[in-house]
Amino acid sequence: MSAVIDSHHDDHHHGPAKGFSRWLYTTNHKDIGSMYLWFSLVMLFIGGAMAMVIRAELFEPGSQIVSPEFYNQMVTNHGLIMVFGVIMPAFVGFANWMIPMQIGAPDMALPRLNNLSFWILPVAFGILLSTFFMEGGAPNFGWTFYAPLSTEYAPPTVTFFIFSVHIMGASSIMGSINIITTILNMRAPGMTLMKMPLFVWSWFITAYLLIAVMPVLAGAVTMMLMDIHAGTSFFKAGGGGDPVLFQHIFWFFGHPEVYIMILPAFGIVSHIIETFSRKPIFGYSSMVYAIASIALLSFVVWAHHMFTVGMPIAGELFFMYSTMLIAIPTGVKVFNWLSTMFKGSLTFETPMLFAIAFVALFTIGGLSGIMLAIAPADFQYHDTYFVVAHFHYVLVPGALFSLLAAAYYWIPKWTGKMYDETLGKVHFWMSFISVNLTFFPMHFVGLAGMPRRIPDYAMQFADWNMMVSVGAFLFGISQLLFLFIVLKCIYNGKAATTEVWEGAKDKGFEWTVDSPAPYHTFSSPPSMESLKSSS
Amino acid sequence: MFRAIKYSLSLAAALTANFSFAAWDDLNMSPGATQLSQEIFGLHMTVFYVCLAIGIAVLLAMAFILFKYRKKEGVKPADFDDSTALEITWTVLFALILIVLAVPATSVMIKAYDDQEGDINILITGHQWKWQYEYIEDEVGFFSNLSTSLDKRNNLAPKDENYLLEVDEPLVIPTNTRVRFLITANDVIHSWWVPDFAIKQDAIPGFVNTGWTYVNEPGVFRGQCTELCGQYHGYMPIVVKAVSPEEYSTFIRDKKEAKIQQALLTEKLWSTSELMEIGEGIYQKNCVACHQIGGRGIPPVFPSLVGSEIVMRNKARHIEILMEGVQGAAMASYAEQLSEVEIAAVITYTRQAWGNAETGDGKIVIPKEILDYKTNKL
Ligand code: HEC
Ligand SMILES: [Cu+2]
Repeated sequence: MSAVIDSHHDDHHHGPAKGFSRWLYTTNHKDIGSMYLWFSLVMLFIGGAMAMVIRAELFEPGSQIVSPEFYNQMVTNHGLIMVFGVIMPAFVGFANWMIPMQIGAPDMALPRLNNLSFWILPVAFGILLSTFFMEGGAPNFGWTFYAPLSTEYAPPTVTFFIFSVHIMGASSIMGSINIITTILNMRAPGMTLMKMPLFVWSWFITAYLLIAVMPVLAGAVTMMLMDIHAGTSFFKAGGGGDPVLFQHIFWFFGHPEVYIMILPAFGIVSHIIETFSRKPIFGYSSMVYAIASIALLSFVVWAHHMFTVGMPIAGELFFMYSTMLIAIPTGVKVFNWLSTMFKGSLTFETPMLFAIAFVALFTIGGLSGIMLAIAPADFQYHDTYFVVAHFHYVLVPGALFSLLAAAYYWIPKWTGKMYDETLGKVHFWMSFISVNLTFFPMHFVGLAGMPRRIPDYAMQFADWNMMVSVGAFLFGISQLLFLFIVLKCIYNGKAATTEVWEGAKDKGFEWTVDSPAPYHTFSSPPSMESLKSSS
Repeated sequence: MFRAIKYSLSLAAALTANFSFAAWDDLNMSPGATQLSQEIFGLHMTVFYVCLAIGIAVLLAMAFILFKYRKKEGVKPADFDDSTALEITWTVLFALILIVLAVPATSVMIKAYDDQEGDINILITGHQWKWQYEYIEDEVGFFSNLSTSLDKRNNLAPKDENYLLEVDEPLVIPTNTRVRFLITANDVIHSWWVPDFAIKQDAIPGFVNTGWTYVNEPGVFRGQCTELCGQYHGYMPIVVKAVSPEEYSTFIRDKKEAKIQQALLTEKLWSTSELMEIGEGIYQKNCVACHQIGGRGIPPVFPSLVGSEIVMRNKARHIEILMEGVQGAAMASYAEQLSEVEIAAVITYTRQAWGNAETGDGKIVIPKEILDYKTNKL
């Protein structure tokens, strides 16, 4: 065994290969991390373009630019792409880059699996997007693809959709196995579980969630496949099947999925707030327990998406109470972040701005979540724009802002160059203003009665919708600025120091290596002693 | 280009003067028209104020911290990182707030879940993309379709107050009566929502869900389908008209009357032109959404009826398609929705119009044939 490793070491060359094969064959966690991040940035613009089509159609009452059928395809693919193609791969990209560096490991534990789990993703989304050019058009049944709309009544391309979801699931599962293995086996000596950085903790738990629920999603789409092609009746009422069963299975996956998209954000934001407050994180262990309890609770709240399917009252009450419980650990996290900033020495660089906005706006999303948890009131909120407002508040100024914050926070370490701080702040303020302009009025139209997923609407919703559309266009443009800032940083940034942020070198191993981080880091493990503040 | 100009113009207008927000009360949920809806509204407001208070407190605390503890020369940050007492305090505080919310929520929930029989029971069936209402006791029923014209939807005619919220035939219910709704669907899942009654129940094939209401004052209440059900999901509104019990009895009597009249009409002798006239109206109302004005459809999804084999030469199959629909396709059965006369008329119309009579066999269908089809099936 050791002989194998030794011989590997002999012909080890210390730089990346040249050309495209570097990327195709790479097993380096940094390369793979970068590919995940670029991939999700590209998908962000594709999914974002679809959002622009949606907002253009809804700019005014009346039919505007697309047919109702194409509108449904936009709604569906916007959701699928943003969830599976942007937020999830971007977090995996950060995991790839940062987990080995934060735990003092040379790479991920399973580098070839890592390569595979990335490269099947573009295949999956290539398949999904190719359905736009096929007869019958792309999937049009919403990202929640409720049967029988997605089975008996689906366009023929649903089979490609199912195949694509299977591949995405496989990619996530492989990625999670890799992350768990890395975290369990490759930490620097002395880094006990309760000394792990919070981003590592959040991903550790997220990875278990993924392994638990991705197979459930695979099961759901396989049953659909059978209903469509093999004559079974899992979800076909006419054949004795049960359309509601689909929703139970979907949301048993779907609710943990929601937390999969937010837990790593909690980790990221904790690091950033800690660094720019120049204070240790407040309540480290309660942060860990809060993440763990949110993850556990996420398995017993799924039917709060289904308060109107006609569950027995005991079910309604159970899912109402369990959902309300989630507010407790979430509230703990918000209060801990505030306490971390309390009596700190705060500066407001771009990552911090995004992190602060995350805390503020995620709180709004969390509070509307409490309202939605109240089952009888949810009879009025369900499937209206109030829900759309809620989940966009937790996913855009929530998950997406945390990703932007993380990009600004770590990009100097990756590239060895600083981004343009002024432009970064402009990007922040444009995003902050437009994101609220876009999603805040949705609360109002939702309460006033506008259903979601409709291509045209009644007159009383007109003013707010126009405002939402204006906000959305601005938000879209703002993200082009982000692309520019990233490119400018890579090609034209000023050199960054090793520490990058004042006092950061106590905050984690990643700030002890050179900027840019060498292609291979930590060929011998670092010592916990080098981090003063980790108690 | 034209659109771009139009957009920027309306954008400019919106940003300057036009943001009138005439309806500021459209910001919130409507308290509705029933006791239950008002209780749910009250619950909503309670939860809203609690959340608003928490939100404001958190955001103010945050603003204070951000301002007070911004980096200053010579001020060292504190280095505490824990306080068990504090953490227990706020955890308990959150739990207490949640209990305060859970109590009224539970009691309203129990009221909403009263599913005793109604004085009147109405079966509601969701179809792609219309609602069917059947008065179970009186054995009458009808379909309710969107009545907003295509011109309005395509911006060729001015839109009015009830744009997309109007139907050809509203559901009529009596006031001061317990009305129970039995809600189901025929194809995909729909959801029947009338905000003023605080009823939103999914209409699911193979299931019958219930909801009930008790309206005190006459009025017209509007709602929409709230579960994505295919391309015209946004175009299947709900209109409920609550009338006095006397008016309601008249309504039911007229419905029964009309049902008998229909049966008589079926027996009458019809001329081609009479059928064509009725058929054209039926076609405009029921078929243009898919087969389009002019009958050319949107192939391959919605076939053209012009020059179609079936329409030109296969009368038996033509009747069968209208009566049974096409399994697994958007083409639904019209056996329930249209009367015998109407079905015969629309078949005759499509076989005669657009030059089909000249290229095909030009056979017409009379109502009696549809009745025979139904009888033979029994
Ligand atoms: C919701 C969309 C929709 C509506 C509304 C609709 N149809 Fe269809 N129709 C279809 C589809 C889809 C097919 C093709 C079914 C198949 O064979 O797969 C079809 C097929 C047909 C055919 C057979 C055509 C052929 O050549 O195969 C006839 C005839 C027809 N429809 C008549 C009507 C009439 C008359 C109406 C109005 C009463 C109507 N349809 C309303 C969707 C619709
Ligand atoms: Cu519907």
